[in-house]
Amino acid sequence: MARRSPPLNVFPRECEMTKLWKNGGFAADVFVAVDDATPLPVATPVIVTLKRWREARAEVLALAVPVGLAADVTAALDPASDELGRLALIVIPFQKFTDGRGYSLARRLRDEFGFRGEIRATGEVLIDQLPLMLRCGFDSFVISHGPTLRALAAGQTSQVPEVYQTAAYGRARTTLRFATRPKLAAAE
Amino acid sequence: MYRYDEFDHAFVTSRVAQFRDQVARRLAGDLTEDQFKPLRLQNGLYLQLHAYMLRIAIPYGVLSSRQLRQLAMIARTWDRGFGHFTTRQNIQLNWTKLEDAPAMLAALAEVEMHCIQTSGNCIRNTTADPYAGVAPDEIEDPRVWAEVIRQWSSIHPEFLFLPRKFKIALTGAAEDRAAIAFHDIGLRMVKGRGDNAGQIGFQVFVGGGQGRTPYVALLLNDFLPREHLLSFLEAAMRVYNLHGRRDNIYKARIKILVNALGADEFRRQVMAEWAKIEKPSIDLPAEEYQRIAKYFAPLQLATLPNDDAAVAKRRASDAGFARWLRNNVMAHKVAGYRIVNISFKEPGKVPGDASSAQMEAVAALAEQYGHDEIRVTYQQNLVLPTVALKDVVAVYDALVENGLATGNTELITDIIACPGLDYCSLANARAIPVAQAIALRFANPAVVDDIGPLRLNISGCINACGHHHSGNIGILGVDKKGTEHYQITLGGSPKDDAEIGGILGPSFPAEEVPDAIETIVGVYKAGRTSASETFLAAYRRMGAKPFKEALYGAPKPAAQRIPEGV
Repeated sequence: MARRSPPLNVFPRECEMTKLWKNGGFAADVFVAVDDATPLPVATPVIVTLKRWREARAEVLALAVPVGLAADVTAALDPASDELGRLALIVIPFQKFTDGRGYSLARRLRDEFGFRGEIRATGEVLIDQLPLMLRCGFDSFVISHGPTLRALAAGQTSQVPEVYQTAAYGRARTTLRFATRPKLAAAE
Repeated sequence: MYRYDEFDHAFVTSRVAQFRDQVARRLAGDLTEDQFKPLRLQNGLYLQLHAYMLRIAIPYGVLSSRQLRQLAMIARTWDRGFGHFTTRQNIQLNWTKLEDAPAMLAALAEVEMHCIQTSGNCIRNTTADPYAGVAPDEIEDPRVWAEVIRQWSSIHPEFLFLPRKFKIALTGAAEDRAAIAFHDIGLRMVKGRGDNAGQIGFQVFVGGGQGRTPYVALLLNDFLPREHLLSFLEAAMRVYNLHGRRDNIYKARIKILVNALGADEFRRQVMAEWAKIEKPSIDLPAEEYQRIAKYFAPLQLATLPNDDAAVAKRRASDAGFARWLRNNVMAHKVAGYRIVNISFKEPGKVPGDASSAQMEAVAALAEQYGHDEIRVTYQQNLVLPTVALKDVVAVYDALVENGLATGNTELITDIIACPGLDYCSLANARAIPVAQAIALRFANPAVVDDIGPLRLNISGCINACGHHHSGNIGILGVDKKGTEHYQITLGGSPKDDAEIGGILGPSFPAEEVPDAIETIVGVYKAGRTSASETFLAAYRRMGAKPFKEALYGAPKPAAQRIPEGV
C-alpha cells in the first residue's frame, strides 16, 4: 500500500514569519536584497553583495537609492576602497548564534572605520544575544525566531543593564536601558 | 581586597535575574537545549556524568573569610558538603540541581561572588599569582589589573562567542607562580628599560595552553605600558575572534591561530588592529584605576621580629611542625610575617577537595590570624597570605585538627588532579584514585622531603585540565581498548623555564602506575649529583634514556644486518 507522505508546512505562516526590529519596535523593511544574478530593481532601496558593490558600483550608485551591503564575516572590508561611507546599510549575517564574528565586524565598522549608517543583523538572532549586538553597534535585526518575536512584541528583553565596557556604550541607537559607572561614562 | 560598590552589586543582581528568566524560558520550551547551553555555561553550569556541576568564580583566587564561609554553607545546603578547588583558582560543586542554581547564584551574590563566565567560549576567570601583594619578589601587585580585567571581561559584548574558551593569567613577581606560559594570554608586570625606563608595563605572551596540542606561549609584546592594557587586549581578542578557526573545536584555541600564522604575523595583525582602535574609549581612565587600586593598598603591618622563640622551640621538638614550616611557610615582604600554604593534598584524600567544615576552619583562621584573606592556588590548595610569625604555631595546631597540616607544598604528593572519570563527561580515565594511590605510596614524609621539589600532575583525558603537560612528571589517562591506561611524560615545567613534558613510552594500567613512579624517582635519586639537584634539573641533564631503560628495559639492539656475500 502506498504510504501517504506527511503534509509539509504544518504551521506555514507562524513558523516563517520574519520581522525587522529597530528603534525599539517592529518596522517595515524598505530594502530589497538581490543576488548577483538578479537585475537591480528600480526606485527601491537595495541590498547588494560585496562582489557587486566592488565590481558594479557605478551601476548601483546610478540607481540613486539608499544602498545596503550584504557583508560576509570572512571578507575583509577596506573602508577606503570599498567606499563604506556611500552605504546606508551593512547587513551582517549570524549563520549560527554561536558564531561571534559578527560582533567584531560591527565593532570594526563603528569604531575603526567610522561607519555611521545602519548595521543590521540577520540569521540566528535571538533575544538573549540581541542586547549584545546593540552594544556592539548593531541597530536593526531581522528576526524569525518565534519566542524572540513574541518577547519583543511583549516589550521583553534579556539584558544586564549594567555594563563595564564603555566603548560601544551609548552609540547604539536603542531604547534598551544601559548604565555604566559615572566615571567610565565621563571618559567617553 | 576589592569590594563591590553599588554598581557591581547591581550588575551581579541583574545577572542572577537574567539567568533565572533564562532557566524559566528553558523549562517553558522557549529555548532549546542548544540555545540554552551557552547561556548556562556562561553562568558556570555544566552538565556532567551524574549531575550538574556549578563552577564558582574566585577572581584571581582571592577570598575573604565571609566568602569562604558562604561557599561552605552553599556546599552544605545545596550540594554534598564539599567543594573542589580547581586549577583555575575556582571552586566546583559537583552535585547541583538545575532548579537550585538560581538560588545558589543569589547566595553567592550576597557575598559579592558569581559564576559568570567560568565556562563557555568566552573570557574565563582571570588567574594570578597567589602570593600577589605579599611576595618579596614582587614588582607590582597584579591583583589591581586582574580586577580591571575581571570587570572589563564581564559580559564584554564582543567576546562572549569566541571560537573557544580564553584564559588570562597575570604575575607581578620575578618568579612565575601563575603558569603564564600556559595561558591564552599571559601577562607579566615588568619595569621598563631604555625608552620606557621608570614605567611599569606588561610583557604580553600569547598562545600558550595544554590540551591535545600543547604550546608554550610566545612573546607578543615586550613592553606594553600598563595604561593601555585593555585596548591592547581588545585588539588581540578581535584578531582572534575574527580569524580563529571555528570549523574544528580542537583547533579553535588562539594557540592554533598564533602558531599557524607565526608569532610575527600574529603580532603584525594585532599591532595593526591596535593602531586603529580608539584607545581612550577602551583604556581605563586613571581615576577609575585609582579607585580600584585603593582596595589593594598594602596592609598597614607593624614590623615584627623576624625570629620567634616559640616557633624555634617547637621546630626543635616537633619534626612534623618543622617539616610543615620548611615546606609550607614562605617569606613575606614584611619582616615578621609569613605566607602560609594550606595543603589539601593529604595522602589518600581527593586532591583539591575541601569539606564545608574545612572551609569554615580556614575562614576562622584567616579571621583570627590572617587579616581576613585567603588565596586559592592553581595547585588546588589554599594560602593565608599574611600571618604573623608568632601566630604560626597556633595556625599549625588548628590545621592539624582539621587534617590540613600536610607539609608537602610543591613536593611529589602535592599532586594536581582533574576530577577525571569519577565526575567528568569528557574523561577517558579516572584521575583521583591514581593520585590517591601515588600519594599513599609516598606517604612517608621523610621520603618526600628527600625527593625534593617535584611537580606531579594527572589529567583524566587529553584536555589536560590536570596540567599533565607541565608536570615534572605528568600522567595522562587514556582509554586503551576499553581499559584505563596511563601515559607518563617527564620534564614539563609550568614556571619561567616552561616546557612541555616528553612522553616516555607505552602506557601503564592503573595498578602499575605507583610502581612506575617509584622507579622514575629511583632513577633520579641514583643519578642526581647532589641532594640539591632537583628532579627537573637532573632530568634535563640526564635525558630520558635512563628513565626509559628502568621502566621498559634496555632497548633491543637493532637487528644486525648480515653483510652481503657471507
